[in-house]
Amino acid sequence: MSKKELIVREEILGSNKKVAAEIRGKLEAAGVLVVNLLSSPGSGKTTLLERLVETLKPTHPLAVIEGDIETERDADRIRRKGVPAWQITTGGACHLEAKMVGKLLPEIPAETKFLFIENVGNLVCPAGYDLGENIRCVLFSAPEGDDKPKKYPKAFASADCLIFTKSDLIPYLPFDLEKAGNEALDINPRLRIFVTSALKGRGIAELARYFIESRVNMIQHQRHA
Amino acid sequence: MHELSIVASLFEILEAKARENQATKIVGVKLKVGKLAGVVPEFLQTAFDSYKQDTIAAEARLEIEEVPLKLRCRKCAVEIEKEDFVLVCPSCSATDLEILEGLELLLDKIDLEV
Repeated sequence: MSKKELIVREEILGSNKKVAAEIRGKLEAAGVLVVNLLSSPGSGKTTLLERLVETLKPTHPLAVIEGDIETERDADRIRRKGVPAWQITTGGACHLEAKMVGKLLPEIPAETKFLFIENVGNLVCPAGYDLGENIRCVLFSAPEGDDKPKKYPKAFASADCLIFTKSDLIPYLPFDLEKAGNEALDINPRLRIFVTSALKGRGIAELARYFIESRVNMIQHQRHA
Repeated sequence: MHELSIVASLFEILEAKARENQATKIVGVKLKVGKLAGVVPEFLQTAFDSYKQDTIAAEARLEIEEVPLKLRCRKCAVEIEKEDFVLVCPSCSATDLEILEGLELLLDKIDLEV
């Protein structure tokens, strides 16, 4: 028997990244833009999705994957809007992983233009897992308080876009929108910021336009590649 | 609290490497964990120690090297180490900083008995 030191230098979550890259490759080739929505529980991900579905559906067929620990509730809400939705229940796990999304790829209808993935409500763990998305959005609702970005830096650092939700509540809360936005920009100066209220319809059209433009850019980029 | 699922992914690699090298045992595992990898080293240690029971790494010692956040300013090229995640260059105040180290979650090396 002898001892051997084996230098590995491998990413522990490398297999997740590999699966994510395959998903991204396949869906990009099919013209599907993938959006991963991250936030704490109760920040309004599903309600925002309902509004986005209403706005995008008439012109852009879309599909939704819902991640939760338990229940079909969120997927049912999206299905009621006439959009295909799949529920992944993790049974306790705090985040979605790429292979869970990969299993659903064969079911996504050919005409799909956008795939929205609503991650498990949690600002910590989902940030470490690429799901094959083109755009990662972090949602941040006014009642959570304007001091969150620096408490949960990784979620904000790894995002492409920051969506303030429940902006209709700001007048009733000690929430400084500018301060919250600047705190997030300190962490990630490349963030695109949107201010929305799903209740009042504020900012939904702008957000939908951002996704439509991002998809056009993705397709053009592919043609040049 | 996703340390256990990270440890499960780690063991997939460990078991594959042990097989490839026809190892009889894994006696040591070293990880490099960035300060901002979003992982708590103590939790990783606990998860490792409970997961390793009845595996080829049952007697393995886990060593975790913490890697500080290291940045380079894309404007003035200065390199800095930081404790927080405020991406502003301390010398020229630019906000366009490249993250060099501090986000990694790496299996660095394994000590095997073959």
